Amino acid sequence: MSLLETQGLTAFYGDFQALFGVDLRLEEGETLAVIGANGAGKSTLMRSICGLIANSADQIRFEGRGIGALAAPDIVRLGIAMVPEGRKLFPSLSVEENLLVGCYGRSGRVWTLDTIYDLFPVLKERRDSPATALSGGQQQMVAIGRALMSNPRILLCDEISLGLAPVVIRDIYAAFPKIRAGGASIVVVEQDIGQALAVADRVYCLMEGRVTLTGTPSSLTRDAIHAAYFGAHTT
Amino acid sequence: MNWLDTIVQGVLLGGLYALFAAGLGLVFGIMRLVNLAHGDLIVLAAFLVLLLASALGLSPFVAAALALPAMFAFGWALQFVVLNRTLGKDILPPLLVTFGLSIVIQNGLLEGFSADSRRIPAGALETASLQFGPVSVGTMPLLTFLSAIGVIVALNLIFYHTDLGRAFRATSDDRATAGLMGIRADRIFATATGLAMMVVTIAALYLGTRANFDPTMGPARLIYAFEAVIIGGLGSFWGTLAGGIILGVSQTIGAAINPEWQILAGHVAFLLVLLARPRGLFPRAVD
Repeated sequence: MSLLETQGLTAFYGDFQALFGVDLRLEEGETLAVIGANGAGKSTLMRSICGLIANSADQIRFEGRGIGALAAPDIVRLGIAMVPEGRKLFPSLSVEENLLVGCYGRSGRVWTLDTIYDLFPVLKERRDSPATALSGGQQQMVAIGRALMSNPRILLCDEISLGLAPVVIRDIYAAFPKIRAGGASIVVVEQDIGQALAVADRVYCLMEGRVTLTGTPSSLTRDAIHAAYFGAHTT
Repeated sequence: MNWLDTIVQGVLLGGLYALFAAGLGLVFGIMRLVNLAHGDLIVLAAFLVLLLASALGLSPFVAAALALPAMFAFGWALQFVVLNRTLGKDILPPLLVTFGLSIVIQNGLLEGFSADSRRIPAGALETASLQFGPVSVGTMPLLTFLSAIGVIVALNLIFYHTDLGRAFRATSDDRATAGLMGIRADRIFATATGLAMMVVTIAALYLGTRANFDPTMGPARLIYAFEAVIIGGLGSFWGTLAGGIILGVSQTIGAAINPEWQILAGHVAFLLVLLARPRGLFPRAVD
């Protein structure tokens, strides 16, 4: 039994159908990357898993249990935390308060304020600043730390490198080995294919709401990814 | 006319208005819900305190302490069962529903308690006073003011130093993302309204012991509460106290000049503040 599995997942983005039967599975301890062009359905997939979009129960299974119909607050309590696209920090809360609010629904021993500050030391210096006063990269660290505070079994990262400088992206991904060591399995959504291939154990490529390619990074050729990303007819 | 005395009495009256306003501001700050029944809920709570005090022969303070959990439960259920359904992009449904609720409460109270004006008896405290130099201060108005400060200190502690307070502010910022933290917005809103009803109960205790009240006087309390919140600037509890004091002092000064001007002077002060500072005296930076 996989840790997380979607079976024939269909989902809508507003009135548009964004996913047409996506099958995906995540094993314990694994890091998955989901790649694809704008509008491929990556974010809709993540929003479905974390409960921001309601689905039918059996389309998403967590340790075999159908969770597709649960709302976000219940999903977090099961141990699936989301780093949302655009970070979505709470502007009324300080950096430290943003982190603390992350363990409102669920907490654990591995990730606490102290271990988050060990992971991202710069946040400790800025702990009392309003979260939105930080640089983009630091804000992304807060968003990741906030999600980790729930000590998730699965960490979902939606476009965490969007709008950040390459050196900042490298710093953020440098934290991933520690996050994995902390016991979380990870799903990253990335537009940066190089980054996705570097961090992931397996890759799923989405195009127009369907999985067009899947495999380990070493097994995928550039041409195959290109075809799966943009459509076969463009090769 | 003793100016010092007038101003002191006005400040103490401002404490009562701050108590009216704190619950209203709390609910509006968290869920952008304007509760038009707020004044009527204060009157409802006053009748509840009166009922408990007279039926069980209790001091009004004990009666109010008993009413606190009951009003919390009432507020929680009101929000969870009724008002949560009105929240959304459209601002009209909550206004309509709470306006209707206001009428229901007024008529329910008229039916149950008649139109007679009542007062919660407070025994010797009603007329007790303390002498501070040239100024004589009523014990009840002083207690009212101190309670207002106590309520505001407590609300600030809850808001800025507890998990619940962080959840309040996070939900107010972004309900969907708060959900990703495990925060159930519908319950947070219900808890906020429950808390507001506890403040309402404290306000009702002093409203009912200070002067006569009857089932129809809610809407006027709502106006004072609104004015105090707006003068203070949305989102600041201390601002709400300042707003209440400005309103109270304006009214007592107006009344000292000419008794007919009491209410008018408060409204004029409110309009002047709006002209000079449209966002109130202490607006929240992020909004």
